[in-house]
Amino acid sequence: MREDDTRPGSAQPDTRPGGSPSVPAAAAPEQTAAHRHTVGESRAPQSGPAARRRDRIPLPVVLTACLLFLLVTMTAGVAIGSVPLSPAQVWHVVAASVAGHAPNSVAGIIVWQIRLPRVLLAAVVGAALTTAGSVVQVLVRNALADPFLLGVSSGASVGATAVLLLGAFASLGQWAISVGSVLGALGAMAAVFLVSRTGSSLSPTQLILCGVVMSALFESVTSFLIFRGNPQATQTVLFWLLGSFGLASWNQLPIPAAALAAAMIYLMAQGRTLNALAMGSEPAASLGVDVHRLRRNLFVVTSLMAGVAVAVSGIIGFVGLVVPHIVRLMVGSDHRRVLPTGALFGASFMVLGDLLARTIVAPQEMPIGVITAFIGAPTLIVLIRRRPYLYGATQ
Amino acid sequence: MSLRLDELSVDIGGRRIVDAIDLAVGDQEFAGLVGPNGSGKSTILKAIYRVHRPSAGRVLLDGTDLLSLSHRDTARRIAVVTQESASEFDFTVREMVMIGRTPHKRSFERDADADHDIVDHAMERVGCGRLASRRFNTLSGGEKQLVLVARALAQQADHLILDEPTNHLDIRHQVEILEIVSGLGVTVLAALHDLSLAALFCQAIHVLRAGRLVAAGPPAAVLTPETILQAYGAEVLVIDHPDTGTPHLIPRRIQPGTGGHSAGGTAPAESARPGRSS
Repeated sequence: MREDDTRPGSAQPDTRPGGSPSVPAAAAPEQTAAHRHTVGESRAPQSGPAARRRDRIPLPVVLTACLLFLLVTMTAGVAIGSVPLSPAQVWHVVAASVAGHAPNSVAGIIVWQIRLPRVLLAAVVGAALTTAGSVVQVLVRNALADPFLLGVSSGASVGATAVLLLGAFASLGQWAISVGSVLGALGAMAAVFLVSRTGSSLSPTQLILCGVVMSALFESVTSFLIFRGNPQATQTVLFWLLGSFGLASWNQLPIPAAALAAAMIYLMAQGRTLNALAMGSEPAASLGVDVHRLRRNLFVVTSLMAGVAVAVSGIIGFVGLVVPHIVRLMVGSDHRRVLPTGALFGASFMVLGDLLARTIVAPQEMPIGVITAFIGAPTLIVLIRRRPYLYGATQ
Repeated sequence: MSLRLDELSVDIGGRRIVDAIDLAVGDQEFAGLVGPNGSGKSTILKAIYRVHRPSAGRVLLDGTDLLSLSHRDTARRIAVVTQESASEFDFTVREMVMIGRTPHKRSFERDADADHDIVDHAMERVGCGRLASRRFNTLSGGEKQLVLVARALAQQADHLILDEPTNHLDIRHQVEILEIVSGLGVTVLAALHDLSLAALFCQAIHVLRAGRLVAAGPPAAVLTPETILQAYGAEVLVIDHPDTGTPHLIPRRIQPGTGGHSAGGTAPAESARPGRSS
């Protein structure tokens, strides 16, 4: 069960079935004497820098491809709709608006006021949920984990439902739902954190169990609120719970974008330690990682990212679970590769999902959670079946 | 390049698992830690690689208290091989070994050519260079263990902690792993289950029972039927290994009438095996 990565360009596919890189570079540069484990009997190492990176597609190639894909999906996301526009029109409006003189045409208003903020918000949320999902899977060392595992979404539901049904934070106007859901998410996060903590450590199993239990508790609170609420408001709540970018506007963008940027910088700095943590707590400790502190930070960072995403878009399932797997199957599990690739690919995935959500049954809008599940589930099944060994199958 | 436990005690969940252990491993010595299941072997090792915090006493690395070092600095001095499988994640062997470079790198620092050289060399050293591009999860148990040894080598520490590294391995891989480790010229402390194997490789053996040391010294002095009975409650015969003269332990059945007398007697060494004894 071995598959050679398809590699573009220069790399020749000279990997034999055994996986041994052949073709020793003619005068292979000898090892630097920098280290002390010298050996007599070892064969000459067959590795130039090229041979070493042959195992995987080079990261710049992957990122360029993902970036192009994102630009294409975003252009499509802005161009397609009840009033179709050409990509040229789209970019013309964007260029003009960025330069400071937004065209007052119909196309200008559609692109700049309506579709572009929506597409950008979808991209940011997609990137945030994918990143949070990848990290939570390492945090609890479980492939089934998603960013909502640790109670964030159910807590946010309680907050949002309270706003919609009980009129909490009514003085905040359009921000009321966001504020309500962020507070709910933070509350749930704090509750899970406190409940699952033993001393200073967060063990994966305890995190999962406490997350699941607290989620169930919060969901029942939401159900209770819905049960007590009036039917019209209940409709609104259900729509919110299924997730949508229908209310996107420019002023919703800065907070999620800033949260995503800050989280990405922190997580990229932890790329190696995340790899070590993927080995398990004890191996990670033996590799010099302060496991307790790292877990705590990762818990806070991922919960905040997921909470902010939920606040602006409701609960969009499946992206944070499926996209990390798709990305790992594309680039491997090295988090220095997974995180940037996942952010770009997750953004495209969400933009595409939102595009389908608002066009597939136009003029109505499908809840985006339906779309992400319909695309995500079969994709993941196909990928799992192609590499069963990764998912616990014996060879 | 020496490791010393000074009155080390470790409590877990309010229970004392390791009780005032004094133990020293000299420069480049290969020391074995043996004892029955639950006697505290792993707990001692985990206190050394900082999963557990000592409740009392100290771990000294060249005389420096381990707790005064950062986690990173500790990992640059002490590498660990246990059993593990990263089954949820898809790493190639090369990536796996590169993870050993973690304590030497800063945030955002890339893998330099020097790191790749170290990784290549570590893989060659344990003979898993040909596996470099394979997925770790597709390897056999023995191959995985070799890769983990390579990862520890890439860590370039001068102390190596092994926690039952040969469990579940076939006899060739058992010997191969310990042979590689003993040829590294680093200070080794290894928890081992197979006493005869331990005798073959260790210069000193420390025997634990219920969190306390009951014997320590060269294998021939420590691995006697009396000590084994005291530590494990098991009756064994001890013969000399025909090649090396190190003690080799043969278990005896518990039920009477199945051979063997009561405990105590040292087994006749010469008559046990023909061959080239030294």
